[in-house]
Amino acid sequence: MASQALIRDFEDLIGKENVFSSEADRQSYSYDSAVLAPVVPSLVLRPTSTEQLGVCVKKLYDNGIPMTVRGAGTNLSGGTIPDNTDTVVILTNGLNRIIEINSDDLYAVVEPGVITAQFAAEVAKKNLFYPPDPGSQAVSTIGGNIAENAGGLRGLKYGVTKDYLMGVEFFDATGEIVKSGSRTVKCVTGYNLAGMLVQSEGTLGIISQAILKLVPPPKASKALMAVFDEVQDAAEAVAGIIAAHVVPCTLELLDNNTIVRVDDYTKAGLPREAGAILLIEVDGHPAQVADDAEAVERVLKANRARAVHVPKDAEEKFKLWEARRMALPVLARCRPTTVLEDATVPRSQIPAMMKAVNEIAAKHKLEVGTFGHAGDGNLHPTFLCDKRDKDEFHRVEEAIDEMFDVALKLHGTLSGEHGIGTAKSKWMEKETSRGTILFSQRLRRALDPKGLFNATKLVGI
Amino acid sequence: MSNLHELSQRLMALDDRITACMKCGMCQAVCPMFGASGMEADVARGKLALIDNLAHEMIQDPEAVADKLGRCLLCGSCQASCPPGVQIMDVFMEAREIVNAYLGLHPVKKMIFRALLPQPSVFNLAMRVGAPMQGLMFRSTGAPQGTVCAPMLNFMLGDRHMRPLAKKPLHVRHGALDERRQPGGIKVAFYPGCMGDKMYVDMAEACLKVLRHHNVAVFMPKGLTCCGIPALSSGDADGMVKQMKVNLKALDGGDFDYILSPCGSCTSTVKELWPRYAGRIGAVEKRKADQLAAKAMDINAFLVDVLKVQPAGTPAGNATSVTYHDSCHLKKSLGVVSQPRAVMAANPAYKVVEMAEPDRCCGCGGSFNLFHYDYSRKIGQRKRDNVVASQAEVVAAGCPACMMQLEDVLSHNKDRVRVMHTVEIYAESLK
Repeated sequence: MASQALIRDFEDLIGKENVFSSEADRQSYSYDSAVLAPVVPSLVLRPTSTEQLGVCVKKLYDNGIPMTVRGAGTNLSGGTIPDNTDTVVILTNGLNRIIEINSDDLYAVVEPGVITAQFAAEVAKKNLFYPPDPGSQAVSTIGGNIAENAGGLRGLKYGVTKDYLMGVEFFDATGEIVKSGSRTVKCVTGYNLAGMLVQSEGTLGIISQAILKLVPPPKASKALMAVFDEVQDAAEAVAGIIAAHVVPCTLELLDNNTIVRVDDYTKAGLPREAGAILLIEVDGHPAQVADDAEAVERVLKANRARAVHVPKDAEEKFKLWEARRMALPVLARCRPTTVLEDATVPRSQIPAMMKAVNEIAAKHKLEVGTFGHAGDGNLHPTFLCDKRDKDEFHRVEEAIDEMFDVALKLHGTLSGEHGIGTAKSKWMEKETSRGTILFSQRLRRALDPKGLFNATKLVGI
Repeated sequence: MSNLHELSQRLMALDDRITACMKCGMCQAVCPMFGASGMEADVARGKLALIDNLAHEMIQDPEAVADKLGRCLLCGSCQASCPPGVQIMDVFMEAREIVNAYLGLHPVKKMIFRALLPQPSVFNLAMRVGAPMQGLMFRSTGAPQGTVCAPMLNFMLGDRHMRPLAKKPLHVRHGALDERRQPGGIKVAFYPGCMGDKMYVDMAEACLKVLRHHNVAVFMPKGLTCCGIPALSSGDADGMVKQMKVNLKALDGGDFDYILSPCGSCTSTVKELWPRYAGRIGAVEKRKADQLAAKAMDINAFLVDVLKVQPAGTPAGNATSVTYHDSCHLKKSLGVVSQPRAVMAANPAYKVVEMAEPDRCCGCGGSFNLFHYDYSRKIGQRKRDNVVASQAEVVAAGCPACMMQLEDVLSHNKDRVRVMHTVEIYAESLK
């Protein structure tokens, strides 16, 4: 726990009501959504203005105290778990103002603690569209989305958080304010520090403000569900759709285990015997939507889709997407612990990756359900286990190691959207190179000489 | 329970259910307390983690955990939207009971839950003595809700605007009711709840009027008391069981098809909690509680699902606009959603308009309102803003506790919005 003198100092600086030092409060910031051991911070601070945030960072830097910034704590790789028990957690939910939504120039300026879904809803009221839609969007924050480069279901066509970041204001480790980017579409002033902050996982700076790009909403959309006997056929259809140069906004895959589990729970009448289903949505101008839907249907049938179902109305379409939304919750109800992974491969390699995941699970006698953003090559193999059963959990860890080996061999990546944190840092060199690690560490040391920002995350410092 | 190790061992009984929490944090989106405080320890994920840590002796401060557990309205929103389906309310109730057994119950609560409420005659007497004395302490707020406040009792009641106690409680007005069932007709036990009996008597009268209109015979015995939910919420299962025993005895022997309450919290307690706790008294009581639970029904659901009350069609041109607040126990525990709206729409003099977030907790939370009035008001303000934004002239609810909270926040804001029970609205349309 932090010293009483330090606690009093912070109480003077940001108000007693924003300094949390009790053991119970500190323990509740010792974890995030990753299945990792908790680490209790020494103190928790909630600045409520940019100025207060800067003061907090400066004071912690001057005292050589490590710090971890935390939005909603939804990240899945341990990025918001304190490095050690000296760490101070800085909350961003006191910085939650939408400063500007500009309908003429199509941008918004927000503070980091703004909740993604609430932001998207505010934007929608002005008939504008903020496409990034991470699964945790109902609670996740814009700052966290930037730091983790969060993706979502619409990534295939619309891209991910980095594609909507026009500018950023942040504090470096010493408490100096740094600005990069602008409200203009084009901006080549100085280094692209905004790009550098994306997926930096709280290791390079603490975001205090972001300028985000907005787009007009699509005028029309159409959904389809394709049923396959074999998961390999579904995977090949995904590659086929991309190869046909059609870009749906969403292209999701559910394997047989996931279909059966979802149907057991929702009684939605899903094709339980199917090896896999693909859920697809195309959007845009009505004429383009019709063309794209036809082209997608042709590819699906050419890849042995047993049936292609088009929902007849909005209610049926909602039910279709409900099946996808229920995939993780339903799998999570099967066993006490759910380890949701993030293996991502080039789309042409999805068939090989799906095959490998199932073989690895069988080899380690584990239950796995796979669903995910197949159109991005971003799969979520989900291992169901009980972390209290040490043998079983060890087998899960071994299976995940093997799965990443396969993903890298297929020219894939460790993480499509969940980040590296501490959970996957040991793999970084394998995907990149020794030189990459050393370069990254040199960069970090130059910007954070005392190694105070999330020191154990990503590549270490 | 004499030591912390024993406490942790008892909490380990919850381990399987707590482990099911995948710490996704989605409970943050729906938790009214988290919405007001923004603190992780105030949301289900944080509370579950703290209970888990106490069970594993990683924290050795049961009082702090008890304090965090108390910062919850038990609205059930987290459980209703929990992706892995953790039975959060059961865990919280049991954890409160276990931690409370270690810390001991506050003497005032002990007196209320175990001595006052299980003795209806003493409870009723205390309220009847209190009712005429109100004039000395309370003064009208002048708000359209007809609320009063008591500046001299601020140390105890805070700056609350509330409905005064009825001069004549329902059970005094009617005595015991045991009406003759009409040939082939329905007979119900009417459980008005403490607030229906002593505070919202007009609402309870409206319920009786509606039942009589539909030729439903009513059984309302003497000796009913609190359903026990306030005691259980405070971690006092013994107090709750004592009160339940009194009610089981009062209702014993009555010949009725349904047991109805105009209070969502009472109905939910009779239906879900009495059977769960009755086994602690004995097998006979367990059987009685099971039978009552099978017959327990919200009065709105009874009117629509059993009596087939239907919306009247197009409202009159000058119809009064009414918006509906989904009480947590009604929607999230009992699944009663469409029926209260249909009951209101059965009166053509009203038109139903929806507010934003109709199922967002109003902030009452029973005893939460007593111990965390500042947060209760803050949460209630969001509900008030939604009510006012709907531009309705009336806001209706199916739970008197919510009505009390709505009256408080609307009264403080001097809003010209009346608060009614859904059945009161329907009753107005009946001769």
